[in-house]
Amino acid sequence: MPIITVREAIRQAMDEEMARDDRVCLIGEEVAEYNGAYKVSQGLWDKYGSRRVVDTPIAEEGFAGLGVGAAMTGLRPIVEFMTFNFALMAIDQVINNAAKMLYMSGGQIPVPIVFRGPNGPAEYLAAQHSQALQSFFAHVPGLKVAAPSTPYDAKGLLKSAIRDDNPVIFLEAELMYAWTGEVPDGEYLVPLGQGVVRRPGHDVTVVSFSKPMRVALEAADALAAEGIDAEVVDLRSLRPLDDAVVCESVRRTHRCVVVDEAWPVASVGSHLAWLVSRNCFDDLDAPVECVASEDVPMPYNHRLELAVQPSVEKIVRAVKRVMYRES
Amino acid sequence: MAKNADLKAYGRELTAKLLRDMVLMRRFEEKAGQMYGLRKIGGFCHLYIGQEAVATGAVAALDLARDYVITAYRDHGHALACGMDPGALMAELYGKATGCSKGKGGSMHLFDAPRHFLGGHGIVGGQIPLAAGVAFKIRYRDEGGVVLCFFGDGAIHQGAFHESLNMAKIWKLPVIFICENNQYGMGTDFRRVSAVHDLHAMGCAYGIEGRLVDGMDVLAVYDAVREAAERARADGEPAFLEARTYRYRGHSMSDPAKYRTKEELQAYKEQDPILILKARLEQAGWLEPAAYEALDAECKAVSEAAAAFADQSPEPPLSDLYNDVLV
Repeated sequence: MPIITVREAIRQAMDEEMARDDRVCLIGEEVAEYNGAYKVSQGLWDKYGSRRVVDTPIAEEGFAGLGVGAAMTGLRPIVEFMTFNFALMAIDQVINNAAKMLYMSGGQIPVPIVFRGPNGPAEYLAAQHSQALQSFFAHVPGLKVAAPSTPYDAKGLLKSAIRDDNPVIFLEAELMYAWTGEVPDGEYLVPLGQGVVRRPGHDVTVVSFSKPMRVALEAADALAAEGIDAEVVDLRSLRPLDDAVVCESVRRTHRCVVVDEAWPVASVGSHLAWLVSRNCFDDLDAPVECVASEDVPMPYNHRLELAVQPSVEKIVRAVKRVMYRES
Repeated sequence: MAKNADLKAYGRELTAKLLRDMVLMRRFEEKAGQMYGLRKIGGFCHLYIGQEAVATGAVAALDLARDYVITAYRDHGHALACGMDPGALMAELYGKATGCSKGKGGSMHLFDAPRHFLGGHGIVGGQIPLAAGVAFKIRYRDEGGVVLCFFGDGAIHQGAFHESLNMAKIWKLPVIFICENNQYGMGTDFRRVSAVHDLHAMGCAYGIEGRLVDGMDVLAVYDAVREAAERARADGEPAFLEARTYRYRGHSMSDPAKYRTKEELQAYKEQDPILILKARLEQAGWLEPAAYEALDAECKAVSEAAAAFADQSPEPPLSDLYNDVLV
């Protein structure tokens, strides 16, 4: 099976869906002639031209809203945010228009649109360019939110997102673009709203999504060396949230650590911890632990910025706490 | 300008329609205001009384088979101008299941997808990028339509307005931006908060010629929009019109309107859009007093029937709560 990067997987998904459906177009800053700030859209402008791959002014609210208006009347736009930090300029269009249109029109006007781009901390980018903003979008009914961690899921989920009749927030990560993995040549979809057990185990359930999945899997390896067998669950989608796959796992392991690189207050991680605590109360042998970002803006200094984020050490410590093996 | 224009250029059929539309809007909203007082309608209810010539003249210049209309929250008049059923509108104001948005939108969120009336939007200026997106779709599919985008003087300082004009110009999007300058953004005289008092001058920053239109004169509005629509269809050139108008009532129902004088209000009432057209039709011998009385009685009866329909309609069932969140 071919091995490709997350970047190539996302590009393949867009390319295939644009070839399949003329209503699909790509709109955003530097997506066309510059081939994308992170080269995700490389070659698409050459192939599809300026009608379907559109460079925009730096006006996030404007072009996000333009995408919503086009989606309201029959197109299926993919709106790329250069990063989700800049999507905050457009959050009115996402929350007040895209997410609400179907409901407040009594079901008359669906908004089939994908907002995608890198989310979460990168490196040396400081407070305004290195934020994990998934909680903002996962909070809102009327949106779907996907956050893959592998090239296979990135491609399959994005194709599902583009074909979905609802607005979908598709969260990538700058540091994930070069990650590689197996992706089959043929057509496939990964459904939105389904988590997956990434690594089976029986002592503890570690749940994460997007870029921190790699940290969670490394932590599982480190724990294995100490004789602790961690099961690792990849949520893949944050809304709808597949709490069933998590709870099924926790009912077997009786312990749970949630890893979310967002801030700890009112996050996907804190919500999931509550769900597990409520739904698996009788099965749990320890309180659910959360490993989150430290509750501070992202500092520039590399040592400090690494200390802010979930790490193998933090996850290992959390697992040992729920196993009462903290030294 | 239209005030001295020969009525024959418009014809009896069109002028009769314009008069009826305006009278129906007036009577419908008077009924809505009355029902609000009886607490049949709750929340916000922004009446359009005084501004009827703008929606009436503008929408009459369109072909809604291929053109679209979108507006802000003072939307009853635009909905009626698009030919929506008064019963379904009043039922929506009442929050009933038979309302155009199934009781989930209310006064601010009227929609009629088949009639190309795209709402009804509550965030000041938030609908302006949507209009650009609808025009993007029209151009993408080479459909030859135009989008009529209404907003108030309060919206003109939002970034969404400026971003949308810029995009419309660079991409040749067929949007007619109509600023309904009723001169008060809620309780604030627009001259207190706008660096430029001739709002139509703002178009020049984006290479769009702005025009001032007498928003109390339905024929002047009709002419300006028809001309703008022709240009937009032919060249894809956006247009920007400032329709100077006046709302007789407060911003919403709870506003005593102490920020303006009785004399100012009275002066505008003397150039009431309905009275102007009525007088001209009478002068031309196209309207007998008895015929006007009959028209007025009919519009009152339609509004009465709309209120009765709303009154008798069922509440939405609680089981509808989770419908239309997603497709």
